[in-house]
Amino acid sequence: MSILAYFVKSANLILKLTLEHITITVIAVSVSTVIGVAIGILITRYRRAAMSVIGVSGIIYTIPSLALFGMLIPFIGIGIKPALIALILYSQLALIRNTYVGITTIDPSIREAGRGMGMSPWQFLRMVELPVALPVIMAGIRTAAVMNIGTATIAAYIGAGGLGWLIFRGIASVHTEQILAGALPVTMLAIGVDYFFVLLERALTPSGLRR
Amino acid sequence: MPKVIIRFDKVSKVFADGTKAVDDISFDIYDGECVTFVGPSGCGKTTTVKLLNRLIEPTHGTIYLNGEDTAKADVIALRRGIGYMIQDVGLFPHMTVAQNVSLVPRLIGWTKGDQETRTDDLLHLVGLEPSSFRNRYPHQLSGGQRQRVGVARGLAADPPVILMDEPFGALDPITRAQLQDEFVRLRSRLNKTILFVTHDIDEAIKLGDRIAVMRSGKVVQFDPPAKILRDPVDPFVRDLVGKECGLKLMKLSKIADIMEPALTTITEGASVMEAKQLMAERKSDILFVVDNQGNFEGVVHFDHLQKRDGGRVAEVMDRATLTARADGEIRPTLEMMLKHKQVWLPVVDEEHRLRGIVTMTHFVCFFATEAGIQGTAA
Repeated sequence: MSILAYFVKSANLILKLTLEHITITVIAVSVSTVIGVAIGILITRYRRAAMSVIGVSGIIYTIPSLALFGMLIPFIGIGIKPALIALILYSQLALIRNTYVGITTIDPSIREAGRGMGMSPWQFLRMVELPVALPVIMAGIRTAAVMNIGTATIAAYIGAGGLGWLIFRGIASVHTEQILAGALPVTMLAIGVDYFFVLLERALTPSGLRR
Repeated sequence: MPKVIIRFDKVSKVFADGTKAVDDISFDIYDGECVTFVGPSGCGKTTTVKLLNRLIEPTHGTIYLNGEDTAKADVIALRRGIGYMIQDVGLFPHMTVAQNVSLVPRLIGWTKGDQETRTDDLLHLVGLEPSSFRNRYPHQLSGGQRQRVGVARGLAADPPVILMDEPFGALDPITRAQLQDEFVRLRSRLNKTILFVTHDIDEAIKLGDRIAVMRSGKVVQFDPPAKILRDPVDPFVRDLVGKECGLKLMKLSKIADIMEPALTTITEGASVMEAKQLMAERKSDILFVVDNQGNFEGVVHFDHLQKRDGGRVAEVMDRATLTARADGEIRPTLEMMLKHKQVWLPVVDEEHRLRGIVTMTHFVCFFATEAGIQGTAA
């Protein structure tokens, strides 16, 4: 059977799994962005904690994904829940680090001017720090999103669903068409999301910061 | 006596690492004056001004602004009431020039319309045409233009007190001199109390009504520029002031300080007979012709009138006459007189109104006084 024929035959299934994959990724990226950016901002206020927090998120990032899934199963079981938790944990390094770096590399004279003019810390965060750091934070979200699509593929192994399911099934039954029915869409998804974030980053960068 | 607006009372600042940046200083600053803080790096001048808007909190002592202890004030409100300008300007890169300038008015809730009017007024004031600069971003400006925007931003909410921390320090010498001149011009238009930090003694002399010379956290001398130049309290101040004190002093005096103010004037429409009569009355060989608004038109000499009995002053007067400016400096004016071989010049103000006359004798008296010789006019 040709690949094309398999795609046509399983169109509904592929679509369902693609939507599952996108759902997992969107939830994971949204939740981890809120958490990661918040922690990133927080450690700019408590600089002494910054290096240890980034260090811990770096250690989590190095754990092989299957190992992390395995460690979560005894506590949370299988399915979408451990998958989301793992994805959120993995995303933290890119988000925390980029938020922290984006804010702390703002020119000290800008900081001094803001304080000297009587901006409250909250006003300065909202009106200056976040807009100026936005391109760097967006780059972190982009990294996290692309990585989540890849890791979510493996999460199918612990019953989280998504396009990985086709790949694992295909490998188990030596069914090349089935493998490709999972592999091709997930690859396109990753490339598409990456490009989407490139455009989003460009659109959200304040015009004064575009050179 | 002008009102005291800022008082430092036995103020010290010891940093966490033990550095004593400011060491028990006390002084008063009066409403509307410009005090320049000068000294070598690390002398505590920047720390001193930052104590006022509480970017740095004092370790000991009390600072009063308008009679109120700044330590008890709301720090945000305190800072919004004090204009702040720094060497690196610190413009917000993602905001346009207009958004940068209107920031404090926006924070304190001015209406959009008021913000826009104020922004345009301020851009005009600092010499940036609003229509072409309003929507630019900081990275599209030159260093001098950025500092102008910084000045406009600091003035935005019309604060009575302004802190300027080496605002012109990073600019090239030509732009710096230009902005200094504009600072002097601006000051005469705005009634602000200014604390100006600089490491450049010439800048301190040029811009300050009084100079606070600092060393190792202490104010070693706090006097008007002329006093600092004439009587430095110790070798440190003398070294700081450097050579060419006389020339520096000369720059502090204006033609208005040495000229003779009262003159005999007549209008163009007056008759020659009237002119002759006036000369006789005043025992003067020369009359200054002005219009009804007091604008200088020219001079009429006794020689011009000798052979005439009729006609009007307008027909005999000398219109092509050089003038000196009342706000002009001593040396360039003297140079001009020497170049044009003039022993005296009429003095006019910036609107060309006649103010007086300056002669070589006035210069001689001035130099003699500066040299400490009690000379009298020849």
